[in-house]
Amino acid sequence: MSQFDFLKPKSRQIEFEQFDDRILTFVLERERSFLTCISCGGCTATCSAGKLTSFNIRKIGLSLRRGNINDLSDEVQKCMFCGKCTLVCPRDINIRNVVLLIKKRIAQLETEKAL
Amino acid sequence: MENIISIPFLVGMIYLFGVLIFRCIKWISGLSKFDKIRLFKSITGRRLFLSIKETFMEALLHRKIFRKNPVLGYMHMSLAFGWFLLIVVGHLETMIAEHSLFVPFHKAVFFRYYEGSGDFFLSGFFAFLMDFLLLFVLSGLLFAIVKRFRKRLFGLRRTTRLKSGDKIALTSLWLIFPLRLLAESTTAAIYHNGGFLTSGVGFLIDFTGNPAILYYPFWMAYSLSLGFFFVALPNSRYMHIPTEVVFIFMRNAGIRLKKQNDSYTDVQVFSCSRCGICLDKCQLSVAGIDDSQSVYLLKNIRNKNLSDEKLFNCQMCGRCQIDCPVGIETIELRTVQRIESTREYNSSYDYLIQETATKADVVYFAGCMTHLTPRVVSSMKKIFGTAGENVWFMDEEKAPCCGRPLMLAGQYEAARKLIENNSRMILDSGAHTLVVSCPICYKVFKEDYKLPDVEVVFHAQYINELIDSGRLLVDINGLRMVYHDPCELGRGMGMYEEPRRLLGRLGEVVQMKDEKEYAYCCGGSLGNIKISGEERKLLRNQALGAYESYSPDILVTACPKCKKTFAAGRKMKVLDIAEVVAGAIPANFAQIAESSFEKQDIDTFAPYMPC
Repeated sequence: MSQFDFLKPKSRQIEFEQFDDRILTFVLERERSFLTCISCGGCTATCSAGKLTSFNIRKIGLSLRRGNINDLSDEVQKCMFCGKCTLVCPRDINIRNVVLLIKKRIAQLETEKAL
Repeated sequence: MENIISIPFLVGMIYLFGVLIFRCIKWISGLSKFDKIRLFKSITGRRLFLSIKETFMEALLHRKIFRKNPVLGYMHMSLAFGWFLLIVVGHLETMIAEHSLFVPFHKAVFFRYYEGSGDFFLSGFFAFLMDFLLLFVLSGLLFAIVKRFRKRLFGLRRTTRLKSGDKIALTSLWLIFPLRLLAESTTAAIYHNGGFLTSGVGFLIDFTGNPAILYYPFWMAYSLSLGFFFVALPNSRYMHIPTEVVFIFMRNAGIRLKKQNDSYTDVQVFSCSRCGICLDKCQLSVAGIDDSQSVYLLKNIRNKNLSDEKLFNCQMCGRCQIDCPVGIETIELRTVQRIESTREYNSSYDYLIQETATKADVVYFAGCMTHLTPRVVSSMKKIFGTAGENVWFMDEEKAPCCGRPLMLAGQYEAARKLIENNSRMILDSGAHTLVVSCPICYKVFKEDYKLPDVEVVFHAQYINELIDSGRLLVDINGLRMVYHDPCELGRGMGMYEEPRRLLGRLGEVVQMKDEKEYAYCCGGSLGNIKISGEERKLLRNQALGAYESYSPDILVTACPKCKKTFAAGRKMKVLDIAEVVAGAIPANFAQIAESSFEKQDIDTFAPYMPC
């Protein structure tokens, strides 16, 4: 299928049983502006890392809010921190801080062996 | 019984020296092996004299504070240098009176207590000199007290908040000299001697009644205030007095901050006098942020209660570092703390693959930020095209970031991965020059990339070279231009003149009050990770307001990030240097270049061009 440039979307089902807000609350406590995200995808369109790999910053925001943190740890590593997303964000969200906080929280959870 | 007076002083003194020796041993043993060798070499060689001279000029005379504000400088100098002279002259006096080269320390400090009736060679001269020095110190003390209540007179808008330890030390320091005056005056009153000051005050004391009753209490109080100050010193901000000497010696030995905390960071932290000069320089106060400035960073590191909120809430613009009278590397120090704070979660960037490099003479790296200002990119392309340069636009389609934003966030190890990747690409291209149009990239390329045989130039430099060699011609646009110094280029890399020289070819560059090293930050800095969009706007408006008052035709900057930030302010037209130059290239010159003339042909055409 991919040869024909079709996307093969993954299941979009949200597992509410697996809802894990440990990272989300950590981020929201420290970066309130993330609340105003409208998932417009401007950040993803401009992303430097997104041009090199399948990194999708909008998707990170979505997984974060859906409490789906399993893939987050690998995905968020790909961010290069250049700050273009923060610059284009129409809601002035401090996305660099969001990424840094996610990384920090994951590191915390890993040291606590809670992830 | 007589000696009981000197006990508080001696106890304080012994405690202080004990702590200082312990600290010094801890600091020196905490240095790396190479740093220890450096330090040893510097104190055995010629550099020892340089260090001593600097200690004298900065720690005693406070030359840097004098330059900033003479009244503030006088206050510091009279207290430090005056006290120093009191100790030295007091010792000389005791030596002469005792006819001995070795006098116990407390004997010299309480000389007038032990030798009140003193009549010896030059005693009149010494009485005058010591009184004069005491008056000198007391005048500084008066300034210090006035400064507590009227700081604006000293050119300061803000001073630091004091801890209780600081308050104890401050009070005892303030009491030392008035008590010394009273004690010496009582002696003068009893023996009817003393210099112009002590005899005068002594006369007043004599007038009030029996000075002999006051004799012991005053001398005891003086000794107690000294003792208190010495005991309070190691745990207060006054620890900066001895530490600054260590700092000067280490700095002159060539010891630099590492990418992790070591004892040199400790020395810098303890050298901070919390004078608060950095507070006034910091633009964050415009946005109401007043707990993350450099002085509080240093205080928090020292007290080991630094929070991420404060650590990352800094523009890293370097305005505080310029005016620091001690010369503390505030920005580097903060970077080290960020590295320590984020060490556990560096990325590996496994997805980076080696792209094939294109062979070229010149590599152009636009950088992430430049890609958000497409006109800078097109201007650079026009300039390259006009000059007929064989250039490879490295990150036209895709390329990793330069690594500087990661470094600013403290992710040093992650940044190294990007640096390795980019370095290989640049070296593979076989280019002799790397042109960068973003100061953020420029700093990291210059400082952290190891690119042998590749010259890293900023676009302003590169364009100047092109014009100098006749490969590019520009018309005069006759505009009044305000040039905004980007933090990373100006304070970060020390490049102030090159962009001004380039703009000077085109029109008039307005001279301003706050420019070059005192230039404002645009507010958009990548260094700050915590600041909100609203707060950034306040910082931006401060800078824009200052530039507006010169009513320029255009605001020119050399950084795409600054351009983007200022443009959003919608106060005036903002252009990058590259855009200004591209706009000033004569139209027919561009045609000649586009019609694929050989480089030599352009050179022969050049003299006939209008310029």
